Amino acid sequence: MSAQAKTVRMTYREAMRQAMRDALRRDPRVFLMGEDVGRYGGCFAVSKGLLEEFGPARIRDTPLSESAFVGAGIGAAMGGMRPIVEIMTVNFSLLALDQIVNNAAAILFMSGGQFNVPLVIRMTTGAGRQLAAQHSHSLEGWYAHIPGIKVLAPATLEDARGMLWTALEDPDPVLIFEHGSLYNMEGELAADAGAVDIDKAVLRRSGSDVSLITYGGTLGKTLAAAEELAGAGISAEVVDLRTLRPLDTATILDSVTRTHRAVIVDEGWRSGSIAAEISARIMEGAFYELDAPVARVCTAEAPMPYAKHLEDAALPQAPAIVECVRAMVGNRG
Amino acid sequence: MAAPRSRADDELRPRLKREHALELLRQMLRIRRLEEKCAELYSAAKIRGFLHLYIGEEAVAAGAMQALEADDAIVATYREHGHALVRGIPAEKIMAELYGKQEGCSRGRGGSMHLFDAATRFYGGNAIVGGGLPVAIGLALADKLQRRARVTACFFGEGAVAEGEFHESMNLAALWKLPVLFCCENNLYAMGTALKRSESEIDLCLKATSYEMPAWPVDGMDVAMCEAAARRAALAVRSGEGPCFLEFRTYRFRAHSMYDPQLYRTKAEVEEWKKRDPIETFEARLKEQGLLNDAEVTAIEAAVADEIAKAVEFAEAGTWEPVESLTRFVYSDRTQP
Repeated sequence: MSAQAKTVRMTYREAMRQAMRDALRRDPRVFLMGEDVGRYGGCFAVSKGLLEEFGPARIRDTPLSESAFVGAGIGAAMGGMRPIVEIMTVNFSLLALDQIVNNAAAILFMSGGQFNVPLVIRMTTGAGRQLAAQHSHSLEGWYAHIPGIKVLAPATLEDARGMLWTALEDPDPVLIFEHGSLYNMEGELAADAGAVDIDKAVLRRSGSDVSLITYGGTLGKTLAAAEELAGAGISAEVVDLRTLRPLDTATILDSVTRTHRAVIVDEGWRSGSIAAEISARIMEGAFYELDAPVARVCTAEAPMPYAKHLEDAALPQAPAIVECVRAMVGNRG
Repeated sequence: MAAPRSRADDELRPRLKREHALELLRQMLRIRRLEEKCAELYSAAKIRGFLHLYIGEEAVAAGAMQALEADDAIVATYREHGHALVRGIPAEKIMAELYGKQEGCSRGRGGSMHLFDAATRFYGGNAIVGGGLPVAIGLALADKLQRRARVTACFFGEGAVAEGEFHESMNLAALWKLPVLFCCENNLYAMGTALKRSESEIDLCLKATSYEMPAWPVDGMDVAMCEAAARRAALAVRSGEGPCFLEFRTYRFRAHSMYDPQLYRTKAEVEEWKKRDPIETFEARLKEQGLLNDAEVTAIEAAVADEIAKAVEFAEAGTWEPVESLTRFVYSDRTQP
């Protein structure tokens, strides 16, 4: 093996597409269906070129019928296929909530273990592109409330490339939330990048003064905040949750036990959020390790506004994270 | 509202071989007697939760199920004891399920509304009105993609036609020519809401034909007609012509569930429909045709009574799933499919 592993420069979008192409090539049971995934090439161009390569039977354009095509994914999965269902945005997935919550998440349990649902649903989540209140929300935390499904939030090229295959191999329904602002993120990816685990949180940066716990679209902002804090003499650890259900509580508690402080950065609304759940788990599992109350940086409790300055103000931003940590740790600069 | 019997009906009605006619009667009686026992056991608090009885509608399941092969799939509703029983889920496993025992067909996890059985490809008992239709088209899509000449039969009530999932699924099934047999059991009431009080267009077949799907109404009180229609439709579906829609015109003799005081319909209406009881009329016709005698009826009834008594015995002797395994099957035991 060479000292310098070979890498390829690509975007998050391309990594995701490569993951789908790879899955379609490896397993004839895999097919993609959703609105505009074929001829149009995907609303966010993720599936561009796949129709030409795999044909209309496996790259299926659907009518605007979220409930029907998500349910069709459930049925097809039980019928021996490995469907990837794409929903344009998390807001549209609300039209398919019946199928996701009442069927996908429940059928294995309701049937006493007889019918599992090996379905993968991909959807875009998050704000930052001035798409206002019906295309911008972060409801992955909501989905993480539901037993029976798994909820993934790839924040890196490696995870965009590697989570899909593992999700497809999972016997149960897996929801993958792709933050819309990540699609154009560019970076180096190992040429032989492949499947990754989908059940462990990872440290994206080590530190000793505070644990910044985040996932998905806010990972970049959190890393930027950590960098700035380092300049001020505060050593911040950054935990990328990667999977919101099941939560890797052990990694969270391990980090907090070392740093004794925790700030959770979550693009969901604060009330009833995944940030609230993580905070509760820290209280339950590491209360006596804490030097300060757990803090949260979340999205303002309002539907997402269109105007850029308002949208920026509504979302968790690096300066707010820095400010939150400084208030907690005290100024060392 | 009951369609009058006409000479034309008699001519259309297929001639049944004696043995098969007795089998249809037996299946309807199995459903009727099982459910009468269920009502009794509900009053005795052996069965709890919601219990939706199919009494009055037996001809639909008993007839339609004849058109299906062993590897076809069924998606049904929360009023599905009859479908499950005729499909071949043993009465004892159904009864144990209603008791909530782990020997039940869904390990006691589902109850009356969620009967499941992998062996007979019975994909539930779906208790969200309209919620089973998308799943059915998915099962059919899997068959189409894997080039299997199977049929997925999807049962739902007329109340489902008001749901968006009905229209989304009808469109997708027709658009993709999926092998689905849509079996709409029109018993005229969605719980307490009469069809004419909830739909601007009460001709349900028109809704299907608007999606370019062949559709026809069936006398759902006549088991032979139900079977004939289902066979004809299943043949078309199996041959790859795309989905079919059948509207079985039927009637529920009992309350919607055990909690329903039935304020929305008159006793006279119910009595009028009971004159068309699918079991009594079929029995009478067979006797008239000399295909059945009293001794045979007695023998069938005795065998059914015995089956049900054994089912109750089995359920009584069943065991409770240990609380420790409460969260089992939230996710699959195995990590790989």
